[in-house]
Amino acid sequence: MRAGRLLLYLVLLAFAVYYLLPVYVLLVTSFKSFAEVNLYRMWSPPRSLSLESFRRALFGGMGYHGLAPNLKNSFLMVLPATLLSAFLGSLNGYVFARWRFRGANTLFTLALFGMFIPYQSVLIPLVQTMRALGLYGTIPGLILTHVIYGIPITTLIFRNYYATVPKELVEAARIDGAGLLGVYRRIMLPLSLPGFAVVLIWQFTSIWNDFLFAVTLAQNPAVQPITVALNNLAGSYIVEWNVQMAGALLAALPTLLVYIFLGRYFMRGLLAGSLKG
Amino acid sequence: MRFYRRREQVLSVLLVLPSVLALFAFVYGFIGWTGYVSLSNWNRLVPDYTFVGWTNYQRLLQNPRFLITLRNLGVFTGLFVGGSVVLGFLLAVLLDRRVRAEGFFRTVYLYPLALSFIVTGVVWRWLLNPGSPQMGSTGINRLLELMGLGFLKSGWYTDPRVGIIAVAVAAIWQMSGYVMAMYLAGLRGIPEELREAARVDGASELQIYRYVVLPLLRPITFGALIVLGHISLKIYDLVVAMTGTGPGFSCDVPAYFMWETTFRANRFGQGAGIAVILLLIVSLLIVPYLRLSLRREVEV
Repeated sequence: MRAGRLLLYLVLLAFAVYYLLPVYVLLVTSFKSFAEVNLYRMWSPPRSLSLESFRRALFGGMGYHGLAPNLKNSFLMVLPATLLSAFLGSLNGYVFARWRFRGANTLFTLALFGMFIPYQSVLIPLVQTMRALGLYGTIPGLILTHVIYGIPITTLIFRNYYATVPKELVEAARIDGAGLLGVYRRIMLPLSLPGFAVVLIWQFTSIWNDFLFAVTLAQNPAVQPITVALNNLAGSYIVEWNVQMAGALLAALPTLLVYIFLGRYFMRGLLAGSLKG
Repeated sequence: MRFYRRREQVLSVLLVLPSVLALFAFVYGFIGWTGYVSLSNWNRLVPDYTFVGWTNYQRLLQNPRFLITLRNLGVFTGLFVGGSVVLGFLLAVLLDRRVRAEGFFRTVYLYPLALSFIVTGVVWRWLLNPGSPQMGSTGINRLLELMGLGFLKSGWYTDPRVGIIAVAVAAIWQMSGYVMAMYLAGLRGIPEELREAARVDGASELQIYRYVVLPLLRPITFGALIVLGHISLKIYDLVVAMTGTGPGFSCDVPAYFMWETTFRANRFGQGAGIAVILLLIVSLLIVPYLRLSLRREVEV
């Protein structure tokens, strides 16, 4: 039995090593100076900690631009898009949670289809529409896109959340004379802070990590979010490995921090996003 | 009272109308638009909506690269979905055995999910960089050498026979923790009495998993297959960041081919055709799932 437990922990540790391996390489490589980046010594820790790769990844080096402006672009895109889509999702979820008319479920299911489609099937019209609106290649254009395609998931999470609010609470507020919006503002909104946490974290992570919309709608380097810029940086043959790894670490950091500190809500979003009802 | 009722209904319609309309325009309207482009002659930069029927689809089906991407997508989906489900289930079962520091292990197994496929691709491109005969081995190959497992070395994504398998390795690394989390939640939902009862009846631990636990976890397996399946069929970013088309298109997938055809080669009609076929493939998976959950909801 003791041997069995030992084996269990050894297996668990072996898997932990497997999952941490890339982060190990990411860390040891990005803290090496260029002189020390040697393919043979890829797995060895750096002899001394150098921040040179981070400086170059942020501010650029010989023949390439740094990622600092793109990090800023990402924040400028992610923060408004996340807040807006959480707000919309909460309003929609509230209405859909109380609607009982014929076809409401069908309508909702048709809306949900929008979160599963391959976005390739809307890209060409999306580019044309954004051009017509004058939003092509702009951060507001990206925000609008993320808010609209975020409607299904945010509505779903909030609808399932509001469905659990006891009817008595709503009825009590109604007797006190609260209308549709009154119930929303006085009962639902204060109760839905955990729901907001789940949705904000979910949207923050997926919008930050998005590549397809960003690469399609933001061809101009000045507005590119971090994912696109990192891909360009890493795809360039003149950029050293240590700088690429430092860049990858910078791009990963915001969502990693969210995951580490708010993992509980992250998990709930995951399960809500995967299992309907 | 009835007047208020009516007024509230109008108000609630008004509340959701803008987002519902925008969503339906951006989803169904755009899909229809893409469908129309796929039947048009728009195969240069300037839009040309001249109707040409099935020409774009006929050309696609004769294009060897397109057929390779479809085959790659099949191989990738089988490996990625199968690998993630098996690995995720294994990890969940291990973690469910009252492990100390369970929180630590769970966090470590799950964190890749918080990363973008671009970051994963950039890192795994380096890890699976095989090195060269002149320079020696690098990355995983070097690690295998150091561990005395040199015979396992591979050309990874530089070898056309491996190609898409290397991409699947990185994708499994990223998503298997997610399956683990789903199964773990499911396992925690199974009352201990059920297993205890089976044990009293003389079932071995293996039999308990086979006849008690697995059937109860069927909805989770189903959910995992849907989620992983649709991610897999749409896989794009990871290929962009990790390999590109690979040697002989061995890492190419339809989503990648669509983007290149449309926005690099300006063959919009062809690109739209690929997008429509991709949408149909994803719909084969998603539409039955949505219909099922709709029916279940109406019954409740």
